[in-house]
Parts: sequence; C-alpha cells; structure tokens
Amino acid sequence: MYGNAYIDPNDKAAQMIAGEDPQKLAEFEARIAKGEKIEPKDWMPKEYRKQLVRMIEQHAHSEIIGALPEGTWITRAPGFKRKLALMAKVQDEVGHAQLLYSAAETLGKSREAMINDLITGKSKYSNVFNYPAFTWADACIIAWLIDAGAIINQVANAKGSYGPYCRALDRICTEESFHLKYGHDNVVTLATGTPKQREMVQAALTRWWPPIMHFFGPSDKISNHTEILMRWKVKMASNDDMRQQFLNMYVPKIWDLGLTLPDPNLKKNAEGKWEYTEPDWDEFKRVVNGDGPCNAERLAVRRNAEERGRWVREALNTTESKYIVPLA
Amino acid sequence: MIKSLDPRITRAEIDLENPIDPLKELDQWETYEVFHQKRRGDQHMHVGIVHAPNAEMAFIFAKEQYGRRGLSVNIWVVKTRDVYSSEYDDSDIFETVPEKQYREAGGYKVMEKINKYKKGV
Repeated sequence: MYGNAYIDPNDKAAQMIAGEDPQKLAEFEARIAKGEKIEPKDWMPKEYRKQLVRMIEQHAHSEIIGALPEGTWITRAPGFKRKLALMAKVQDEVGHAQLLYSAAETLGKSREAMINDLITGKSKYSNVFNYPAFTWADACIIAWLIDAGAIINQVANAKGSYGPYCRALDRICTEESFHLKYGHDNVVTLATGTPKQREMVQAALTRWWPPIMHFFGPSDKISNHTEILMRWKVKMASNDDMRQQFLNMYVPKIWDLGLTLPDPNLKKNAEGKWEYTEPDWDEFKRVVNGDGPCNAERLAVRRNAEERGRWVREALNTTESKYIVPLA
Repeated sequence: MIKSLDPRITRAEIDLENPIDPLKELDQWETYEVFHQKRRGDQHMHVGIVHAPNAEMAFIFAKEQYGRRGLSVNIWVVKTRDVYSSEYDDSDIFETVPEKQYREAGGYKVMEKINKYKKGV
C-alpha cells in the first residue's frame, strides 16, 4: 500500500553526479528522456542507485509494518466476511513487501541487509504506521484513506524510470484497487449505520486526519537536487502536488457522507487549490525519528517474528544454496 | 512484555527490548524466477521472483505471490542462477534484425509490378 519517499534534503546536487563518466551519464539521461526504462544491469549513476534503493526499501518496509495496525483487527472484525476480506488485504500487503524487496534487490542490496536495517531502526517506513488502530473504525479509515494516499503515490511512481520498480508497482496498484473499494465500503457502512457506528467512524477520522496530512511528507524545497531526481524519474511528483490531488479526490467524498474533518481552514480556494492548516511537522519529525506511540512495538514485533522463524529458515536451508542478484 | 491493542501480539509475550542477531547471508535463501501461464494456449510469462530453499517451496510461494488474483493454470520456477541471459550492453547484437526486410512478408510488394504489367498488356 504505502510508499512515501524521503529524499535527503541535505544531499547537494553537485555531489550527486560527481565522478560520474559524462558520456555514460548523458546516454543514461537520454534513455530516460526518451521514456525508456532502466534495467538492473544497466550503467546508472551511483546516486540514482542509492536513492532508488532507499525509496523502494522504505516502501517495502511500509508494506510489512503497515500490516500490523490493520492486523490488529483481524480477530475482532465484525463478521466472517469482514474477517476474510481483512485477512486477504493484510496478506496482500505482505506480498507487496515481497515484490518491493525483490525490486530493491536487483539494485544490489540483499533482502537480509534490508531486513536488518528495518529491525535495527536504521531504515524508515511510512510514518502513519506508528499510530495505533484503536477501534475497528480506525482499520476502516486506514483501508480507505491511507490506501487512497498510497495509490496516488504509487500510480505516480509506476511511471518512473526503473523497470523492476515499475513492474512491481503495476501489480501492486491492481491489488490496491480492491483495498480502496473495500475500505470505502467499510467506511460507508459505518457512516450510514447506527448513531454509534457514525460516532465511531467520525472519531477514527478525526484521529487519523493529522497522520493523513503528514502522509505525503513536508513541502519539497525545489532544489537542484530534486530537479535531478525528477529528471531521472526517481521522484515523479512533489509532495504538495500529491497532497493536493488527494484532497481533491477524497475530501468531497468524506463530506458527502456528512463526516467532518478537524481542520476549520480546509477549503478549496478560487484557483481550485486546497487550503489547509499547515500540519505539525515537528510532530512528524519526532515520530519519524522513533518517538511515536507505536514505533517501539512495531519493531519489537518484527524482530520477534524474525527471531522465532529463524530456526525454520535455517532448517530448510541447504548447503548448496548460492545467492546471486535476481534478474529483473 | 508488550501489552498491545492486538490480542495476538499480547499473547505472543514479546519483550519491547529484544535485540536479535542480524540475519546472516542466505537467511532468506536464494531466488527463483517465476513464469506464469494464465490460460491454456497462452505463453508462460516471467512475472518476478521468490526466495525459497528449494523448488517445491519456490512453487508454493510463487502460487501465493503470483497466482493470487485472476486466472492461472500453470507456474514454472527456475533458479535464478540457472538462467543464462544476454547483457543489455550487448543489445547491438539485435540491431540489424529489423533491417532484414527480405525475411518479412512486408518486404515483398508485388501489386505495383502487376498493375504496371496489366497496363502494358
């Protein structure tokens, strides 16, 4: 579901292409400008590889950690059909992690190294999953609106330049369309239900609105650095543009259900742009850096899963196994 | 112990501070390339990879990962290291292929000659 790219703003544009062969760089950029994809064994600038690994890896971690807040409600989903659907959705998310780890691996970082960086807290994942799903309605809001945000991001990235990432995203987006419909159906059921159900879904929406506004990240500074990443089709849209697109598509649908959003300044202005109260980016940074309500639990659960499964993986391993980087 | 909103996690009795040894090389096994056939009569298509300790497990994971939706009738899995492939850098080996019009149906245009012959008769 959930890709949310952080590009380190401290990296300087000049450093990005320092030491690269100018002819190879020109050929590489010409290929991208023609709309052709880059494949794993092609020559690529070091910085292109580095940023893609970071981005795809974070996306993969987000899928696997995102399964935790939603998984919270599997045992208590209201009814058998809802339980089946939620299990299928959570399983999809874990599958998406596998697809994304595979794409990142083609760039030369092993899956073991990525998992190690996740469980030690070195790599990040989408910040929204550091918040708890207090009620069933929270799980419904996540399925609808967080997945909606993720789709906007993923559809944009699927037009990027790196072949394996695009292929993974195409598969992922197909499955996400089920998540979105499923989430919408859940929210509509609550919003058109009993007063108690409406109250639940309104409370969940109010709780999740700040993390949703954080979802696409802070405004990007338009630097030479981001310009290069856009030219290389690593970054496909600015964070603000994606946030605008999200608001444009979903705020009317939310208001349609008679639900309210906890931002008195939220409105579409005369130029068709959405105005809103600037999200609390200090809180965002604090939570990204580990001090959110669920960060510690999420990583402890992940470490526990790796540790308790280790003997099975070791027992199955054969001495003749030999790792080589996957082809595509 | 974690007291989670998720009863499954509370039941698992997990320590919040639970450092573990890093995963070693091959902990996640080697990779298999997966080929998927939608319907009888279709070509098998390469759809991605799975990590697996052996071919049977690779097949089980491939079914879960690539046969989750839509139609499937058949799956192949092949160890990545058993695939011999060309290099993109050598793709010039294919460059002259489209030029060889004498091997294409479109390389033979007879109507012009026929029309000219008919006019002449």
